[in-house]
Amino acid sequence: MARAMHHGGLVVFGLAGALWALAAQAEVVGGFVVEGSKAAGLENCVEPTEYMRRNHMELIRHQRDATVHDGIRSTKHSLAGCVSCHAGVDDRQQPIPINADGQFCEACHDYTAVTLNCFDCHATIPEGSDWNQATAAAHAHMGLTGLITEGTGSEGQSK
Amino acid sequence: MTDTHNDKETAVDNGRRTFLGGAVGVSAAAVAPGLVLHELAQAAPRTEPVTDLHRWGLLIDTAKCADGCRACVEACEQENGLNLQTRPEGADPLKWEDQRAVWIRKVKVQDNISGHVTNLPLMCQHCANPPCVDVCPTGASFKRADGIVMVDRHTCIGCRYCMMACPYKARSFIHEKVAEKLTRAPRGKGCVESCNLCVHRLDEGDLSVACADACTEQGHGAILFGDLKDPNGPLRQALRAQPSRQVRENLGLNTGVRYAGL
Ligand code: HEC
Ligand code: HEC
Ligand code: HEC
Repeated sequence: MARAMHHGGLVVFGLAGALWALAAQAEVVGGFVVEGSKAAGLENCVEPTEYMRRNHMELIRHQRDATVHDGIRSTKHSLAGCVSCHAGVDDRQQPIPINADGQFCEACHDYTAVTLNCFDCHATIPEGSDWNQATAAAHAHMGLTGLITEGTGSEGQSK
Repeated sequence: MTDTHNDKETAVDNGRRTFLGGAVGVSAAAVAPGLVLHELAQAAPRTEPVTDLHRWGLLIDTAKCADGCRACVEACEQENGLNLQTRPEGADPLKWEDQRAVWIRKVKVQDNISGHVTNLPLMCQHCANPPCVDVCPTGASFKRADGIVMVDRHTCIGCRYCMMACPYKARSFIHEKVAEKLTRAPRGKGCVESCNLCVHRLDEGDLSVACADACTEQGHGAILFGDLKDPNGPLRQALRAQPSRQVRENLGLNTGVRYAGL
């Protein structure tokens, strides 16, 4: 009986120890935001930080389908957005690829053993203007306002 | 005479269809101007999924397309980062020219009897019934609600069935790693791609395409971009004003890109 108690105590102690270790780790995770990035000068991510740590992949994936299939580009979970805010810069203020060693996405993925192929295709630094509002405004031109007039009908109507 | 009987049995009642078309037209008219005003007034990025209220397309006037001019091709390459492709070391330059991705090809057609030469840019024709979509095993090749035919490169497995199916040779395969790419034009080895009517522009409310802009800038004005569903818009007006054709119209694909003077 005494032996059993003793064992029980050990087990309990073991669990507590493990929990403590986990808690300590949870504190260690974080601090990935790199110096010089836009994010370094901001308070918040696009969602609460804790939520982002756990769920960013879901958000990006959802955004991906919304953008590619439905043309929605207004939401804040775009991959281009992560890159533009989280990319660090070197001594000469040139952006460093976000998937380079020690950089934002890579540092944590290395730690958590995640491999991504996203950056085989996606730009790793903000490159070339995203087709954003500034470029679109500079481009408002060519009388295309006349392109769409009222009474947009269906093709069926024209028969 | 039995034929007539059969016809009656199976013939589509076009009256009903017209009625439906009309009804749709009316509701569309009520909805579209609001939507459209919003798009134009703010030129804001899209918040709502694209709909089939619009179908984007092009009219290309081959009589105005200049021999030797590549303005549209070059503008397309710049816009969509195609100019950033680099020839792999040691690759045969001619073979590379053949393999590198292009979204627009300048094509020269000669009538063997008369000798008359016609120049035209050929890109994805944005078919209403796209064969590339039919054959795609993963659904990566798809048609957006607004008629743009494209590849979702997240689901493309690079099998290239769509390239075989396309009668216009409009699609390219990325054979090599791509070192440099634009934020607006991701690109990587192993996927198929083709003209997407500068979808990144349209989605930001900027209703224009790079090739047409460049052609206009050159003073040729051979490419007109617009909405095939807007009966009073410039595209439909231009289509009404002159005869135009679909390339390989015998295939019944109902292309979104039309050619005049062909
Ligand atoms: C406008 C700038 C901005 C954008 C865009 C942005 N973030 Fe953040 N992100 C931040 C800031 C600022 C922090 C730090 C928040 C804090 O200190 O609590 C952060 C923190 C994070 C963290 C936690 C890092 C850590 O140290 O644990 C993750 C993960 C993250 N972001 C992922 C993303 C992803 C993925 C995207 C794209 C969907 C993205 N962020 C887009 C600004 C941004
Ligand atoms: C084979 C090339 C390729 C790969 C690999 C790839 N993408 Fe994409 N992605 C694209 C293309 C092309 C687009 C369309 C770009 C556009 O229209 O703006 C796109 C668009 C997106 C978008 C919407 C645009 C944006 O910046 O928000 C998201 C989100 C996205 N991809 C996420 C991912 C993620 C996450 C991965 C990795 C798991 C990934 N992609 C891998 C090619 C690729
Ligand atoms: C705080 C750590 C952390 C940071 C910073 C971080 N990630 Fe992650 N990411 C993870 C973890 C952990 C996973 C794996 C989750 C899983 O396996 O369920 C993951 C998975 C992903 C996935 C899904 C991968 C797959 O194979 O499905 C994508 C996409 C992704 N991250 C994108 C990004 C991008 C882009 C950035 C930089 C803007 C980033 N992440 C920064 C921790 C992080």
